[in-house]
Amino acid sequence: MIPVCPTTALPPGEATRVEADEPIAVFNVDGEFYAIDDTCTHQDASLADGWLDGCAVECPLHASCFDLRTGKVSGPPAKTPVRTHRVVVQDGMVYVQPGTTADGVA
Amino acid sequence: MSSTIAVVGASLAGLSAARALRDQSYDGRIVVIGDEVHAPYDRPPLSKDFLAGTASLEDIALGAPDDEDLGLEWRLQTTAVGLDHLSRSVQLDDGSEVRADGVVLATGARARRLPGSEGLGGVHVLRSLDDAIALREDLAAAGRLVVVGAGFIGAEVAATARKLGLEVTVVETQPIPLAGPLGADMGAVCAGLHGDHGTRLLTGTGVARLVGTGRVEAVELTDGTRLPADVVVVGIGATPNIEWLAHSGVALGNGVLTDARGATNIPGVVAVGDCAAAWSAAAERHVRIEHWTNALEQPATAVATLLGAGGPAPTPVPYFWSDQYGARIQFAGSRREGDVARVVEGSCADRSFLVVYERDERPVAVLGMNQPRLFTRWRRQLRAAVPTAS
Ligand SMILES: Cc1cc2nc3c(=O)[nH]c(=O)nc-3n(C[C@H](O)[C@H](O)[C@H](O)COP(=O)(O)OP(=O)(O)OC[C@H]3O[C@@H](n4cnc5c(N)ncnc54)[C@H](O)[C@@H]3O)c2cc1C
Ligand SMILES: NC(=O)c1ccc[n+]([C@@H]2O[C@H](COP(=O)([O-])OP(=O)(O)OC[C@H]3O[C@@H](n4cnc5c(N)ncnc54)[C@H](O)[C@@H]3O)[C@@H](O)[C@H]2O)c1
Ligand code: FES
Repeated sequence: MIPVCPTTALPPGEATRVEADEPIAVFNVDGEFYAIDDTCTHQDASLADGWLDGCAVECPLHASCFDLRTGKVSGPPAKTPVRTHRVVVQDGMVYVQPGTTADGVA
Repeated sequence: MSSTIAVVGASLAGLSAARALRDQSYDGRIVVIGDEVHAPYDRPPLSKDFLAGTASLEDIALGAPDDEDLGLEWRLQTTAVGLDHLSRSVQLDDGSEVRADGVVLATGARARRLPGSEGLGGVHVLRSLDDAIALREDLAAAGRLVVVGAGFIGAEVAATARKLGLEVTVVETQPIPLAGPLGADMGAVCAGLHGDHGTRLLTGTGVARLVGTGRVEAVELTDGTRLPADVVVVGIGATPNIEWLAHSGVALGNGVLTDARGATNIPGVVAVGDCAAAWSAAAERHVRIEHWTNALEQPATAVATLLGAGGPAPTPVPYFWSDQYGARIQFAGSRREGDVARVVEGSCADRSFLVVYERDERPVAVLGMNQPRLFTRWRRQLRAAVPTAS
């Protein structure tokens, strides 16, 4: 597991980027934490810099939207989903588990 | 009999129009006519990752798996040569025609060429995939590149060529590059990227002639300077592809003239993307926007117009981005001469900043360099602040 930050450092509506083999973006949506691949599947943009709208993030470059729960893309230009990653909150710290999807599939 | 809509131009605006038609429940026949051999592809990477060799053909394809379900009839490698507005049929270069109940004009624009450059090897423009492939091949064997024009194409090609290890000189007639879209101050800041990365920028000077027989050897400037060149890229603007409509009765200016919802003067004919000059209430004139997001978003409204749906005229906040020398430049809004540019974050010297353009103390546009997160917030704010015209 990769430590991300204390829960207090990532308030609702905020996102942060974690360096891993492939960088990961972690979001706080009204107290729920979600993690997806940070790099947009379309071109080169960081989704942690995107616009959070409910459980979706809009890419800052060409506005493709990804569902934080499933990684699915809602419309062009991106064609492929992003991977989701499991988030664990323990003792006030946020961790991500790369390689394990949000619903626990390794 | 079911109805037919013809979409002329098989690129971003044309494909977006076809998708929007299905999205808006049109279930008739859609014929997409395009003169290129390739299925729709994305142009922005042609001066960036595709030219650098880091994006493949597959990466830049515009088609998505879901597009199979659209049931489009493709007529690629086919040029539209005329439009009969009475029968609303599109005449094709093979002598046939497509009779349609509605027509979407999406023929885009083409690169302007330098007079006298015809037939000279090593001289390129960059608009199509074939252009990009030819340029990429030529750059691979070259040492010295001269770029004519320091607009978007010029800056992006220069940046990519530097990355590929070429010696690059950019020649621009205006005293400050990109002063039109960004204003003189910010144009100068962005142009500073050239110097940062070892590209020579010569401004306020034109090209007198290209020197060479068979293949270009040098570019001669109006002040007599001779710049040796293995390859020359000409990026001096684009011309809308509208000549084929000359006898169609469709009103033309700097592009196909439309109202704010994409309608031309001919019922059942709308125009979108780089070929269209849409009425802008804010600017009080027709404006032809030559950027990607416009070609992606404009078709939804134009298609609604074609299908007979009314509604308020959209008040888009135009947006474009440009990648140069690893710097990401993003701009949104409508800037005019006289607007005051204020740095609200970062600094120009650090090549990381956010600038807000103000008119009567209200923000009207925003420019970011390497500030995607903050830029997105400001862009949203601008969109929220624009009142919808009724
Ligand atoms: C190299 C390059 C880099 C760019 N980078 C950026 C960027 O970073 N950011 C940005 O915002 N914008 C960028 N743009 C601009 C953006 O690509 C255009 O705004 C966009 O492609 C416009 O789409 P369109 O469908 O309206 O026109 P086009 O893409 O020009 O497509 C029109 C199509 O119609 C075809 N056609 C023309 N005439 C006929 C005819 N008579 N019959 C049949 N077919 C016809 C053409 O061959 C073409 O395939 C770039 C453009 C280029 C060339
Ligand atoms: N990032 C982007 O948004 C992007 C990137 C590439 C292309 N495009 C689009 O592609 C089209 C073509 O781009 P472009 O860069 O060619 O056009 P442009 O209009 O952006 O720039 C043309 C530049 O060439 C200069 N110029 C004109 N004639 C000249 C001459 N004879 N000698 C030297 N300089 C001369 C102009 O002053 C201007 O600075 C435009 O529609 C543009 O918007 C957009
Ligand atoms: S890079 Fe994300 S939509 Fe293009």
